[in-house]
Amino acid sequence: MVQADAGAMPPSTTTTTAPKEKLTTSDGRSLKTALRQAERRRRIAAFLLVAPLLFFILTFFVFPIAQMMWRSVDNPQVVRALPNTLEALSGWDGRDLPPEEVFAALHADFVADSERPRREQAMGPLGVRLNYELSAARGAISRTARQAPNFEAPFRDAFTDAHRLWGDPALWRVIQREGRALTSAYYVAALDRQFDEFGNIELRDENRRIYISLFIRTILLSVAITFLTFLLGFPIAYYLSILPMRYANLLMICVLLPFWTSLLVRTSAWIVLLQQQGVINSTLVGLGIIGDDSRLSMIYNMTGTIVAMTHILLPFMVLPLYSVMRTIPPSYMRAAKSLGATPSTAFRRVYFPQTLPGIGAGGVLVFIISIGYYITPALVGGQSGRMISNEIARHMQQSLNWGLAAALGTMLLVGVLVLYWLYNRLVGADSLKLG
Amino acid sequence: MSANGTDGFVVFDKVQKSYDGESLVVKDLNLSVAKGEFLTMLGPSGSGKTTCLMMLAGFETATNGEIMLDGRPINSIPPHKRGIGMVFQNYALFPHMSVGENLSFPLEVRGMGKSVREQKIKRALDMVQMGAFASRRPAQLSGGQQQRIALARALVFEPEVVLMDEPLGALDKQLREHMQFEITRLAHDLGITTVYVTHDQTEALTMSDNVAVFDDGRIQQLAPPDKLYEEPENSFVAQFIGENNTLDGRIKEIRGEHCVVELDNGEMIDARPVNVTKAGERTRVSIRPERVESNPERLHPDAHLIKAEVVEFIYMGDVFRTRLKVAGNENFIMKSRNAPDQVRHKPGSTIEIGWLPKDCRALDMPS
Repeated sequence: MVQADAGAMPPSTTTTTAPKEKLTTSDGRSLKTALRQAERRRRIAAFLLVAPLLFFILTFFVFPIAQMMWRSVDNPQVVRALPNTLEALSGWDGRDLPPEEVFAALHADFVADSERPRREQAMGPLGVRLNYELSAARGAISRTARQAPNFEAPFRDAFTDAHRLWGDPALWRVIQREGRALTSAYYVAALDRQFDEFGNIELRDENRRIYISLFIRTILLSVAITFLTFLLGFPIAYYLSILPMRYANLLMICVLLPFWTSLLVRTSAWIVLLQQQGVINSTLVGLGIIGDDSRLSMIYNMTGTIVAMTHILLPFMVLPLYSVMRTIPPSYMRAAKSLGATPSTAFRRVYFPQTLPGIGAGGVLVFIISIGYYITPALVGGQSGRMISNEIARHMQQSLNWGLAAALGTMLLVGVLVLYWLYNRLVGADSLKLG
Repeated sequence: MSANGTDGFVVFDKVQKSYDGESLVVKDLNLSVAKGEFLTMLGPSGSGKTTCLMMLAGFETATNGEIMLDGRPINSIPPHKRGIGMVFQNYALFPHMSVGENLSFPLEVRGMGKSVREQKIKRALDMVQMGAFASRRPAQLSGGQQQRIALARALVFEPEVVLMDEPLGALDKQLREHMQFEITRLAHDLGITTVYVTHDQTEALTMSDNVAVFDDGRIQQLAPPDKLYEEPENSFVAQFIGENNTLDGRIKEIRGEHCVVELDNGEMIDARPVNVTKAGERTRVSIRPERVESNPERLHPDAHLIKAEVVEFIYMGDVFRTRLKVAGNENFIMKSRNAPDQVRHKPGSTIEIGWLPKDCRALDMPS
């Protein structure tokens, strides 16, 4: 019989008859050029429309991130402060103390620095930088800097007298290693590793390892939070999607309330609710379910972080799920049932697979947001609920080790991008439905 | 109406349905469908026909009354245990499954083995001439192809009853006509009892053994297509099915199969009384445009003649369509075949037209 619906066949035969010679307009210009000129105005208009945002993103997003990534390897301090010393150190084998001429060069560097205007002096930053690698190095530099201009030969003894650290080959190894414009030291530190005396990378002592376990905890917490938002969000999104529009909108406002409340207000509410003398504990004690001496600790620990962040991130799961579920017509479930599937089979095999783009989008959103979340863990997380972003913030604000903060931040960024790439490979980013 | 009795394969017995507890969507429905019959529920939207179909499928519960399938009441049986195949308005093919997986689904949930499934799927696809498409996704198919797959999926598990909810509504005219033929052929070949819902009267007339015309939650008439068209039992059916000329008047006298109607302008015509009972009653008489004749030679000697003024003449190729003013009604249509001796009437001229009294049916006056 004749297939009356050949429209589904892929178009294949229409292009082969096109003439080979270049097409021109009636006044002889190339058709392509003419088209480009005719479309130019529209292209310029399109560019002008996006230009402000492009400029904004370049200035306040791309540039700072590039700068952050640069800062994680940038290492100018030693090179700037000790040019002569580094030159003299170039032949040193790294075992015993360097010879006298190195100390003479060091003296020359100190003298040169003391003659610079105060704002350009390089010894202060040098002390800070060396202190990251070797504690007490900052003290050694600053004390020596005051006395060094008055040193006289032999300089080796003068320096070791001024601070015992100058007699320690470890300090010299650090100077030699960090005497390059780029460094991997921040990444080495961010991976809980250090250099041994031969310059090999080794794990730190067990009690000084922080970051790897913190990264793992951040990922586990994010997975748990993503899963919890899914568990809580899926039924409500489903219910919203089958409600008539006006009820759905009303209920949606309740789901969106977390969005519209200030983060600090919400977090404070959690503190009131969850603390040891808080509403939940007092109620449980009042009802006699738990004893007064065994009040639950639900805040300032991992529980607090999970509870608060699940609440805060729930809308990011519900919204994509809802928008996907709204587009699934009820006739699919009906069709499945009419074909003999029990309601649970129909749900599992027909409805659920169609919500996967929404689950993927919600999951990726919640996971990526929670992996870099800062304020909530900082307020209610205590020690066990801290996440990697809190450590980054600490280095930015308190220890002022920006290089390490930048290295941790870059690792976080790369981690997120890798996860996104994986998701794209496994599921396909074009199947994401965000609203 | 032949619609009661409980001997049919599908039986609606005094079924009522209300969604809000205040008004009835389906009012006292009695309907019996014989095994192997193709029944169409036809009616305007909101007439309750889809609700009836959904009650039969099990997606809506009857508020009152009993629905029976092969002699057993099915009110309390959930949809997935009724074993009724269904074709949905927008096909409802599962988009995340291939055509083959879609057809395999009803067989899998019935626990059939792989080889049996493959055999049945192949047979069902061949039946709708789609054998080569098993690995395609529904989105890669045209509307007509999706329609075929939906049909195959509803038939693949060999149900005894198939329901179709306006399945051809989304197709263009040519394809729709082709599919009408395909569906009827399949239904008859397989001997399946089919309940088909549509608002398209042509579809209902061309496909069905019996048509139930729905309006206002009731069956207005249940009859085979030819009877429905030629002998409408009330003015709703006459108006809803096909084109129809109406003239309002009052019954002058009734004598058995014959009655005289005095039209509102005073003219008298003969008619067949259908659902009028006594003289003095208001009535609306109905005449099909193709039963109106202007050539005296073609008219039956008994035919009643009436004066008509030609308002408009439309040449439509195979037929002429003449709009007339008859007894004050300016939209009186006469359809005549384009025969060599057929006259093309000039607008403004006055002619005499007539019809057989049996083609002029005196029906109720709608309120």
